[in-house]
Amino acid sequence: MELLKCNDLSLGYEGKSVAEHISFTVSEGDYLCIVGENGSGKSTLVKTLLGLQPPLAGSIEKSETLKKAGGVIGYLPQQTPVQRDFPATVEEIVCSGFLARSGLRPFYTRAEKQLAAEKMERLGITHLKKRCYRELSGGQQQRVLLARALLATGNLLLLDEPVAGLDPKVTSEMYELIRALNREGITIIMVSHDIAAVLAFATHILHVLHGSAWYGTAQAYRESDIGKTFAGGEQWPTSYQL
Amino acid sequence: MANILSIMSFTDFASFFVYDFVWYAIVVGVLIALCSSLLGVTLVLKRFSFIGDGLSHVAFGAMAVAAVAGLTNETWIVLPVTVVAAVLLLRTGGRKSKLNGDASLALISVSALALGYLIYYFSGSSNMAGDVCTSLFGTTKILSLTQVDVWLCIALSVLVILLYLIFYNKIFGITFDETFARATGVKTEVYNLIIAVVIALVIVLAMNLVGSLLISALVIFPALCAMRVFKSFKRVVICSAAVSVVCTLAGILLSIWLSTPVGCTVVAIDLLAFIGFYIAGLVLRKGKAKN
Repeated sequence: MELLKCNDLSLGYEGKSVAEHISFTVSEGDYLCIVGENGSGKSTLVKTLLGLQPPLAGSIEKSETLKKAGGVIGYLPQQTPVQRDFPATVEEIVCSGFLARSGLRPFYTRAEKQLAAEKMERLGITHLKKRCYRELSGGQQQRVLLARALLATGNLLLLDEPVAGLDPKVTSEMYELIRALNREGITIIMVSHDIAAVLAFATHILHVLHGSAWYGTAQAYRESDIGKTFAGGEQWPTSYQL
Repeated sequence: MANILSIMSFTDFASFFVYDFVWYAIVVGVLIALCSSLLGVTLVLKRFSFIGDGLSHVAFGAMAVAAVAGLTNETWIVLPVTVVAAVLLLRTGGRKSKLNGDASLALISVSALALGYLIYYFSGSSNMAGDVCTSLFGTTKILSLTQVDVWLCIALSVLVILLYLIFYNKIFGITFDETFARATGVKTEVYNLIIAVVIALVIVLAMNLVGSLLISALVIFPALCAMRVFKSFKRVVICSAAVSVVCTLAGILLSIWLSTPVGCTVVAIDLLAFIGFYIAGLVLRKGKAKN
């Protein structure tokens, strides 16, 4: 089942194009990785997918399946400096994932709190519930933001550099967690510049280049010229060592 | 010492409470303290600490215009002007624009202050120093409130507190991570507009108490105090409201007792409270590190 379809997108600010001719499809259960160098337009693509800025040309179609699940993409952003000294408990942050759904209702319902508890349990952060976010380790903070993203969406996550700044052990734990969520039926779109790691998990690759983009399955990417160049020729790993 | 500060005896002090104006000051003071501390948490966390300062200068400029125009109740001109300035400032601060948020804040703040003073100067007011001093420091203003002022203040405060309670979760979400909120479909523009309007309301209210120069203190101090000690957003909000109300009440009573200017006394007590909370925060952290 298709969730999201992008047709010949052109991205940019104030008429200045950063990337052009981007077409791809995200289907249920996919694990799509968006790779590309810094400045190639990855973050602009993220903003456009999230609806934070309109595309210069082309269209993004959300399927009926996605719309039925609320039409919201669960977003794991890169951390901002403001958040590093923010006084808030894990519980408060996780629950803020519901905001868009709660409309004008000023409080969270019992069912919502129950769902929040389930997601915190799933991500192994229940014991941190009352702890202050700024005192957690980088990996724990990412899990908190991941729980919040899961509450905002039914089925589609967009992760923006989810392992940036994490140490190698926590990085592989994070990758493992994302892969597990994907197996549980959650569709993943992940932005990364760690092509070698990404190739071990991804079902599809979107490689954004200046002025164009390559899209296909991970298998096809490995065999393509661009894949060979960027993933280091034949040395791509058959499996990611955890 | 006693005659410099002209400390009165307790009976003299107690006798003040038969006057309406003392009660007006206390009611208005507590309400303003409550409102400003609620918003202070969001402003400090959103790196908008100085917006109170900037807006209060805008309000000062508007007040100068009102005073020269001879309006009896300047709130009607000061309020709309400040609301517009707040909306414009938060908009330039929040988005990519040609001017940085802090630069445009400084620009507006300084211009409004200078123009306001010029207007006072050209008006040829006989008591210019007094007028300017009252507007900037609020010296005796809170002790000369009329019944209309008090009711206006009560109505505006109730509105501010209600809005804050209804949108508490949204305000939290937008303060913590505006991008996420917007990406998941929260209408952040609307809430930012509400926040801007409420901030303007609070500033105009607070001008009566401490005058435009000291408003920043009323907005920033309680939030900073609470953030030294507490770690959940809810507790920080509650604590900062409590700190603000207690300090303001103490400041007003003390200023009546010692015959000192109200605004400065309140801020001095806020500063003392901050030092206390700062030390408490250090002690708490040391205690934790030992365990």
